[in-house]
Amino acid sequence: MQRKVVFPQKGLPYWLLAPQLAITLVFFFWPGGQAMYMSLLLQDPFGHSVQFVGLENFRLVFADEDYLQAVWRTAYFSLAVTVLAMVPGLALAVMADRVIKGGTAYTTAMLVPYAIAPAVAGVLWLFMLNPSIGVMAWWLKHAGVAWNPTLDGSDAMWLVILASAWKQVAYNFLFFLAGLQAIPKSLLEAAAIDGARPFRRFYTIVFPLLSPTTFFLLVVGLVYAFFDTFGVIDAVSQGGPASATETLVYKVYKDGIHSLDLGGSAAQSVVLMVIVVALTMIQFRFIERRVHYS
Amino acid sequence: MSAAHNSAPLQSGVNWLAHGVLWLGIAITAFPLYIAFVASSLTPQDIAQAPMPLWPGPHLLDNYRQTLIQGLKGTYLSPPVWLMLWNSLLMALIIAGGKIVVSILSAYALAFFRFPGRNVLFWMIFLTLMLPVEVRILPTYEVVSDLGLINSMAGLTLPLIASATGTLLFRQFFLTIPDELVEAARMDGAGPLRFFKDVVLPLSATNIAALTVILFIFGWNQYLWPLLITTDNRLDTIVVGITKMIGSGDAATDWNLVMATTLLAVLPPVLVVVLMRRWFVKGLVDSEK
Repeated sequence: MQRKVVFPQKGLPYWLLAPQLAITLVFFFWPGGQAMYMSLLLQDPFGHSVQFVGLENFRLVFADEDYLQAVWRTAYFSLAVTVLAMVPGLALAVMADRVIKGGTAYTTAMLVPYAIAPAVAGVLWLFMLNPSIGVMAWWLKHAGVAWNPTLDGSDAMWLVILASAWKQVAYNFLFFLAGLQAIPKSLLEAAAIDGARPFRRFYTIVFPLLSPTTFFLLVVGLVYAFFDTFGVIDAVSQGGPASATETLVYKVYKDGIHSLDLGGSAAQSVVLMVIVVALTMIQFRFIERRVHYS
Repeated sequence: MSAAHNSAPLQSGVNWLAHGVLWLGIAITAFPLYIAFVASSLTPQDIAQAPMPLWPGPHLLDNYRQTLIQGLKGTYLSPPVWLMLWNSLLMALIIAGGKIVVSILSAYALAFFRFPGRNVLFWMIFLTLMLPVEVRILPTYEVVSDLGLINSMAGLTLPLIASATGTLLFRQFFLTIPDELVEAARMDGAGPLRFFKDVVLPLSATNIAALTVILFIFGWNQYLWPLLITTDNRLDTIVVGITKMIGSGDAATDWNLVMATTLLAVLPPVLVVVLMRRWFVKGLVDSEK
């Protein structure tokens, strides 16, 4: 898209773009390029020897049993977080859409977790589910549930999933509510007069009309679970116990910063870039389509 | 009366269910925060004798005073939490302000001028959406360290200031400004900078407000970047500070003070969302378009 009427100056736009471009080049493209370049090199952590190895780092990454496990773990974690954040988000939005009095107050209260940093959300849940002092851990113990996220990998996984999903419900709620409010009331009233009960109305009218919103939130939710949950994991479990909560992003961080495996970490970064590009493409293609229909 | 009558077919007397579910939602939302509040009013001994009481104790003010003024003692010698709050505030404001300035200028250039390379530059900015800091951690760290910006507010904020989202949002809005306004300005002899200051900026006020709210929260909640860039405790932001307080072992954690810090970390962004709800919602919805 382009405006018809523009200003004739030729030099000024470059000056206006300069700050953005400077930051983008120095902090995005240069390191992004570095990651790609480093992924083709084998070097020791102190930079004494550097050797070009082509795609060897990628071969090693994909031959690494730990990495493949992290791929599956990330898929499981991301899906669980996305679904656990979307289903309550939808249920709450449907209810808030029905409420005439106090809708704003409910919405405001529901949005609060969105403002909370992922790492802080992690700390809040870690405290409640801490096996020795946590309130909820005590409840679990008295309900006969064995719970110890510091030793049991699947308990730890549940803890990071819960904290991550808790934070994201607000976002889904907001977009589902907007989607619901865009559905013409006359459509629902017609169905009600024809005798369709609320559940039926939801399945036959509301949910199909919400499918663009649902798909959009699915993609956004996956991106969130992939990247923004780093803080939750670092605060709650540091990827442990025994890498039971190590997602792909956490692994890049650990291998790069702590193990100083530069080539391997860079190759993992490039793989992640490919995933982001794919998700962004899906998101934008879909949004273009949505604009078309509306 | 007539309004109630109109909506009658959709009501069918299930509103108590709606209120019930919403209250349950709010309870689940609020419970972790309530527990944190109660814990911040107890002594470590109260918390250690599991289960801790579910009703606030008498040490609220003492705990917050100690947290804010002295910070924590232990394996991680934290700076006083007021300093962490200050660091977070500074970082959030610089990131939000910087992003707005940088992105509104570049969007103005992209929307109101025609110049060689415009499309290439637009795509370059667009591509940054696909390079979140998480995927280029090591090389970005090296760039910042080569520039000597480790342990500085500039290193903390500068790399986060480029914003494709902001640029796209403002550009989208600028494309809707009527051509007549531009023509009138040009006929009156107003140059592009004058037009920007007198027309575009005032028209963008609500967009700027909405984006500021979103970006403030984004900046305040940064975690990975400050964790990497600051090794000097006196530059710790509050979000990073909390996780350092917990450390790896939970043996000697003063949970009452940690929870007081947690609530202090949560308060500013939550207040922003609650008090500026309309702008927040607008910003959130717009920035995903």
